[in-house]
Amino acid sequence: MEEPMIGSIPTMQEIPFFAHQKLRVLRNRGIIDPGKIEEYIARDGYLGLAKALTEMTPAEIIKEVTASGLRGRGGAGFPTGLKWQFCSQSKGDVKYVLCNADEGDPGAFMDRSVLEADPHAVLEGMVIAARAIGAHYGYIYCRAEYPLAIHQLNIAIAQARECGLLGKDILGTGFDFDLEIYQGAGAFVCGEETALMTSIEGKRGMPRPRPPFPAVAGLWGKPSVLNNVETFASVAQIVLKGAAWYASVGTEKSKGTKVFALTGDVNNVGLVEVPMGTTLRTIVYEIGGGIPGGKKFKAAQLGGPSGGCIPAEHLDASVDYEKVAELGAIMGSGGLIVMNEDKCIVDIARFFIDFCQDESCGKCTPCREGTKRMLQILTGITEGKGREGDIELLQEMAVIIKNSSLCGLGQTAPNPILSTIRYFRDEYEAHIREGRCPAGVCTALKRYTVDAEKCTGCGVCAKVCPTKAAKGEKKQPHEIDQATCIKCGVCMEKCKFEAIFVN
Amino acid sequence: MEEKIRITIDGREVTANPEQTILEAARENGIFIPTLCQYADTTNVGACRVCVVEVEKARTLVASCCMPVSAGMVVRTDTKAVRDAQRMIVELLWASGDHNCLVCEKNGNCELQDLVYWLGIEKPRFPIESPGYEIEKTNSMIVRDLNKCVLCGRCVRACNEIQVNEVLDFSLRGSRAKVGPAFDSDYIASECYFCGECVDACPVGAITFAQARFGGRPWELEKVRTTCTYCGVGCQLDLNINKGKIVKVTGNRDYGPPNQGSLCIKGRFAMDFVQHPDRLQRPLIRKNGELTEATWEEAYDLIARNLSAIKEEHGPDSIAGFASARCTNEENYLFQKFMRAVIGTNNVDHCARL
Repeated sequence: MEEPMIGSIPTMQEIPFFAHQKLRVLRNRGIIDPGKIEEYIARDGYLGLAKALTEMTPAEIIKEVTASGLRGRGGAGFPTGLKWQFCSQSKGDVKYVLCNADEGDPGAFMDRSVLEADPHAVLEGMVIAARAIGAHYGYIYCRAEYPLAIHQLNIAIAQARECGLLGKDILGTGFDFDLEIYQGAGAFVCGEETALMTSIEGKRGMPRPRPPFPAVAGLWGKPSVLNNVETFASVAQIVLKGAAWYASVGTEKSKGTKVFALTGDVNNVGLVEVPMGTTLRTIVYEIGGGIPGGKKFKAAQLGGPSGGCIPAEHLDASVDYEKVAELGAIMGSGGLIVMNEDKCIVDIARFFIDFCQDESCGKCTPCREGTKRMLQILTGITEGKGREGDIELLQEMAVIIKNSSLCGLGQTAPNPILSTIRYFRDEYEAHIREGRCPAGVCTALKRYTVDAEKCTGCGVCAKVCPTKAAKGEKKQPHEIDQATCIKCGVCMEKCKFEAIFVN
Repeated sequence: MEEKIRITIDGREVTANPEQTILEAARENGIFIPTLCQYADTTNVGACRVCVVEVEKARTLVASCCMPVSAGMVVRTDTKAVRDAQRMIVELLWASGDHNCLVCEKNGNCELQDLVYWLGIEKPRFPIESPGYEIEKTNSMIVRDLNKCVLCGRCVRACNEIQVNEVLDFSLRGSRAKVGPAFDSDYIASECYFCGECVDACPVGAITFAQARFGGRPWELEKVRTTCTYCGVGCQLDLNINKGKIVKVTGNRDYGPPNQGSLCIKGRFAMDFVQHPDRLQRPLIRKNGELTEATWEEAYDLIARNLSAIKEEHGPDSIAGFASARCTNEENYLFQKFMRAVIGTNNVDHCARL
C-alpha cells in the first residue's frame, strides 16, 4: 500500500505565494465563517474594542494608533492617529465615523475581500474610532456593486447589535454607537472623501473644496472621521496588541502591512498582504511567481488608474509611501498591475487616462477638460497621428492638471502619463517620429511585410486579403501594399511558411 | 469683531479678516485675481480653477475663492505657474465649446472673452470641439445654448441658493456633464418659474434673453434704473434701452434692497407693455356710451363728484375701496387713509388678501 498523500500536501506557509505574506488585515479570510460572530470572537475579535472601552481613555486610543504609525490605506497615507486627534479636538456633540468602502479602482478588491470575509473587523475598528473621537453614529459607504459585501455586513451589524457590541450601552460601558450602510451608485469619484460625504447627504457626488476639512466640518457640516476599510480593519489589532507590535514590520515611515491586488501578466494573481517596504521584485517574482511564458517584466502600474508605472530598473525599490511617490506612482488603494514586454506603454497610459476622464465628475476644469484632451493626444499617438511637441504638451498639461485640480482624482490622474514618459520616453518617440509601436500593439502603426526569402508565392495571402493589398505573381514573392492594408492580420494568420511578419 | 490678521500678497503686506478668503482679501486691497465660477452670495465652489494662486508651503496651487486666509500666509497671484495654469484652463474652456463671438449676445460682456483677452491667448492649442447640443428655443423668454456653457455652475447656485427654486443641477459626468432641469427636460417642460436669475448669473452666452436677441450690443444699451411696477415690493431693476426701446430687463446687485438684484418673471420678462400700442396713456371717460380721452383734471373731478354724491345720498358705508397689489405700501396706506378719513368708511381691502 502506498503512503498516505497527506504528508505531500504543503502547508500554506510552504507555498511561495503565501510564504512571503504577512496576514494581518486578511488574517481571518477563509479561516472563519463571516456570518458567525462567534468565530470572529474566537479569533480574539472584539477584544480590542473591549480593551478600548474599558481600559483606555479616548486620548489613549488616539495615542496608541498614532504610535503605531498606521497611515490611511485608501491611498493618501495620512496618519490615522493624527486624523482622529484633529476630529477629537473639534467641538460638537454630533460627530460621525465614516468607512470608505467605495472601492472603485479597476482590478482592486482588497476592501471587498475584507468586507466579505471579515466584516466584524471593520465594525470593531469603527466603534473604536467612534470612542476615540466621541461619535455616536457612523456610515459605511459601500458601492452597490458589492452585494455580497453588503449582505455580510448586514448580518454582521445585526449580530453585533444583538451581542451588545453596537447600539446603546456597548459592553455595558454606557457608550453608544450605531451605524448604517449607505450604498454608492457607482461613481469612482465618490471614493474621494468630500464627494463621498456629499453623496451620503443625498446630493450629487462631487468633491467640495477643503478647508474646511472633514475633521472640522464633514458630513452635514459635522466633524467626521473617514477611513478606508483596510485602515479600520487594522485598528482593533493595534489596540489589542499594541503600537509596538504593529510597528514591528514596515519601514521607518510606513509601518505595518499593505494589501495589494496583484494582477496582470503574472503567474499568481490575487490579494497579497506584505509588510511595507517589501520590494516589487519579491511581490512580482516570489509571491507572484514571475511572468508567464518566460516573458520579460516591463513595468508595474501601482496605485490604480491614477497611479504610476514603475519600470524594471526599479524592481528592487521598497514599496512604501515615500519610495513609491519618489518613483512617480502612488500607493493608492493598492492596485498592482504587472505588464510584460508585449504591452505598449502609450496604449497603457491611454487606457488609464481614458478611465479617469470617464470618471471625472466634471466639476473642475483641469480634470474635466484636461484629461479629455490628454486622452485625445494619446489616442492620436497610438493611431499614428502623433506630432512633434505632443510629449511636451502632455507633460505641461499633466503638471498643471496635478497642480490645479480640485480633488485627488484630478491631482493624480496624470500620473500614468508622467511616469510612462519619464521611463519610456523612447517608446513615445518611436510612435511619433518613426510611426512605429515597439511592442507591436497599436494597430494603426502595424506594418505587415512579406519576407521574400520565405515566401513561396503560393498566393494564399492574396486570396484571403479583404482589400487586395497582398498581391504578386504566382510562385514569385508577394508584397503587401501599405496604403490599402487594413492591418487585419489574416494574411499572417493564413501563411503556411511564416513569411509574413509584423513590425 | 475678530482681530485682523496680516498676510502677504505679491510682496505687499495687507490686513484681512480671519473669515475672509484670499480672493476677498486681495480684492479689498485692490489686487486683481481673475475669476469665473465665483458668484457673490452663493457658495464658493472652486470649480473653474481660474482664480488659482500660489501659497507658500501649499502642496498645490490653491483656489483663492475658497481658501480662507491665515496669519502669516504668503500669497503670489502672478507667478509663471499661476499664469500657465490660468492660460491652460482658459484654453481648455475655449476649445470645449462654440465660443463664436460674432453672433453671441454676450460679446462685449462675456467673462470668458475677458479672460482670453487678459491672458493674451491668440488661439487654443486644442482643436475646438463644440458638443453639438441643440439650442433650446422652446420658450419665448430664455434661450439656452449649452454649446457655450463653461459648467461654472453659477446658474445652478443662482437657482438653488438665491431663488431657491431648485430647478437646475448638473447631470452626467466628466466632459459630458451638463446643466439643466431634471430628466434633461427643457425649461418650459420643467418646474422652472422663469425668474431669469440664471440669465443674469451666466458669465458667457449660454443662457440669454430670447426677446433681446439681436436687440442691441451690450455697449449700445443704456441702463436706466427704475422700480418695478408689478407689486408693492419695489424691486429695483435696470431697463436696458436701445434707441428708446426697452430691449431687456436686468437685475442689479449694486442697488441692494429690497431685491438684491433678483427679479421675478413679471419684472424680468413682462415689461413689453410699456411700449405696447394698446397701452392706456390718458384717462378715458365714457360719454354717451363711448370711451373718450380726457385730461387728469376732468377724470379726478368726475370721480370726486360722483363719490361725494353717492356718499351724500346713501351714506359713506355704501362705498367700498379696493386697492391693487401693484401699488406700493405707501400708496396703499394713503388709500385706506382716504377711505377712512375722507370717505368715512372702513370698507377698504386689498386684492392680495383674496
